[in-house]
Amino acid sequence: MNYIAIENNQTIPVVAIPEVSYNEFFVLNTELLANSPERHCVTYFGYPVGNEIKLVCCIADDSAHKIFVSSSRVKPSASLDSFTAVNFCFEKFEREIHENFGIGYKDHPWLKPVRYSQSRADHSKTLANYPFFAIESDELHEVGVGPIHAGVIEPGHFRFICNGEQILHLEIQLGYQHRGIEKQFIEKKKLLQRATLAESIAGDTVVGHTVAFSQVWESLCGIGVSHDIGYARTIALELERMAVHTGDLSAICTDVAYQLGSSVYGRLRTPLINFMQEWGGNRLSKGLIRPGRNQFPFTHELANRLVQVFDAFEPDFLEMNRQLKQLPSALSRFERTGVVSYDDVLSIGTVGMAARMSGLSRDIRMSHPYTLYAGLNHEPVIKHHGDVYSRVQIRMQEVSQSIYYLREIVKNVPEIPENTPSIGSPKPNAFALSLVEGWRGEICHCAVTDDKGELIIYKVKDPSFHNWLALALAVRNNEISDFPVCNKSFNLSYAGHDL
Amino acid sequence: MLANIKIVYHQGKQFIPDVTKAKVPGIFSGRPVISSEKVNETALVDLCPLDAISAGPVRIDLGKCTFCGECARQFPEKITFTTDYKIATNERDRLIIKAGDDKPVEVNPEKVRDEIHRVFGRSLKLRQVCAGGDNSCEMELNAANNVQFDMSRFGIDFVASPRHADGIVITGPITVNMAEALQICYDAIPDPKIIVLVGTDAISGGIHAGSTALDRSFLAKYPVDLYIPGNPAHPLSIINGLLDLTRKLKSPK
Repeated sequence: MNYIAIENNQTIPVVAIPEVSYNEFFVLNTELLANSPERHCVTYFGYPVGNEIKLVCCIADDSAHKIFVSSSRVKPSASLDSFTAVNFCFEKFEREIHENFGIGYKDHPWLKPVRYSQSRADHSKTLANYPFFAIESDELHEVGVGPIHAGVIEPGHFRFICNGEQILHLEIQLGYQHRGIEKQFIEKKKLLQRATLAESIAGDTVVGHTVAFSQVWESLCGIGVSHDIGYARTIALELERMAVHTGDLSAICTDVAYQLGSSVYGRLRTPLINFMQEWGGNRLSKGLIRPGRNQFPFTHELANRLVQVFDAFEPDFLEMNRQLKQLPSALSRFERTGVVSYDDVLSIGTVGMAARMSGLSRDIRMSHPYTLYAGLNHEPVIKHHGDVYSRVQIRMQEVSQSIYYLREIVKNVPEIPENTPSIGSPKPNAFALSLVEGWRGEICHCAVTDDKGELIIYKVKDPSFHNWLALALAVRNNEISDFPVCNKSFNLSYAGHDL
Repeated sequence: MLANIKIVYHQGKQFIPDVTKAKVPGIFSGRPVISSEKVNETALVDLCPLDAISAGPVRIDLGKCTFCGECARQFPEKITFTTDYKIATNERDRLIIKAGDDKPVEVNPEKVRDEIHRVFGRSLKLRQVCAGGDNSCEMELNAANNVQFDMSRFGIDFVASPRHADGIVITGPITVNMAEALQICYDAIPDPKIIVLVGTDAISGGIHAGSTALDRSFLAKYPVDLYIPGNPAHPLSIINGLLDLTRKLKSPK
């Protein structure tokens, strides 16, 4: 075998990952994905080992419920055959490896910078000289937007090439939010510091990223967690999904100038995040989840409160949904706007909602379950048109699905064990990987330790890392005035991408 | 039409009538209170992931604190977090809570520039710049203008163009990659103008303090008019802070 099959949240010795020649590595990983929509690359990264760079590629198989991990060692001066030339889903991963270590790729179609980290190999590449695609023509014009946008949102630069009102091409340049998260994971030694880092990766996915970090850490330390911890995390994950989906429906209504929807969905988000505050003291769940312990146990009182919140939320939410779904002025903006086809999402390897909108079933809750999800027999909400309306419908239905799950879950509030086992320290020379389905899609955290059990690499992959390209494809041939609603219907993370 | 009216009716009254007196639900972590209890101060200082606590006597710097509550959990006899969300001030020193302090963190009107009351007292338009913020403070700034908190009832709004703005609201620790854009935006705002820092990341760098990916030199160049701590800052902290800055009257001389 030239790869090892592991399960979600499993820790293995680093030496257990087969190390093969780059040629074999190339053939292995590109062939694993060939004609296999059930497989996709969850993370692919490099880290220095001596004078060389060790490349580690992790391919998830959703029907076998396994993750295939393989590795290869190359020189930083190497010029390699690019995976991307065979399968586009590797494009950003290879760009990142190129940016960090200077490894060349002979046939990568666009080997452009990703996030301009301070430790990048080539400092002559700057935000100011990003090589945008251009089309020479007297009839076309370019529109540059950002990094600072009109609203109160994160920074990123969008460059449109337009023919009149019509977008021919959009290129998205990111990196403005780069805070050096992965480097800080290595530098900051206290567990609480690292947990705080995890919750600041993306402030809209606090629960998703802290659960992924906690699972990696608990796996590295070899401790199992009690039922009540997984229970609380499941509730927090679903509430985060509900809150963001509801808020996004509000923002989508804003972008088609539908004031009633904007106000109603906006106000419906408040009781959900206020419930998070009643539970853990913070509206966005910061400080709620920590590795190895349950510092805010979910009690019977909270369960009763949550049912009350749902009883008040649900009729108003469903009433608003019905109204929005029969409103011609909204539907004409949603339907057939911002379409990405099944072939395209498969080709570029999107995850989460940005895959399920076009008929591609990717949901870690079903394929690589963790916490309580194995017992829920979760069935993903799948749509087929890949347009704004598909993304609107997924949000509406996933909110209802989460309410359904949570109403069942809170019927059985678990007892809190009196003693929490101490978390201990990570195993030396170990590799751990955790996948979590955040509200946006699959989050992947990955850690490698040295012979003293210290972290030598901590890799974070937010679903936005895959999905930004889907937004760029979605707006092609749309009117530029439809860009805001396309953008909001994805609601991708800048901070999660830039790290 | 009828369906729309029904929907509006079903929402009931959502707005908070008096945002200066509203109570927050649940166990919100607001302004901390430090008792005079004797504890192992070294352990307490060492516990904080943000180095926000210092010893002799024990102090908590709200400009560095993420309000995670770990100190209150481990040393409940020493530190408690109240639900007081009014923690914005124009003086950086006021964010440092000392043992025995149990008074509100406030804007000191004596230190507010004259033109702030005169020019912005009844209308304030702000340009927000996210410079490495994780989108949590940004979401709370947006929430400050939703139908519940409704900040625009006070004439305080966010605008798209810096040319229309009276000041800049910065979130995030200010990354190297955003430093230039922040400067350009600030320069484009006409005088007089204010600078407001929202959230722990903006005030001190937060958990990212010391990262080589930050460039906080912007803040060394200009005086800051308002610090609004929080991780993220609560909409009520934001609204009350801005109201205090622009409307709180100086004591008569």
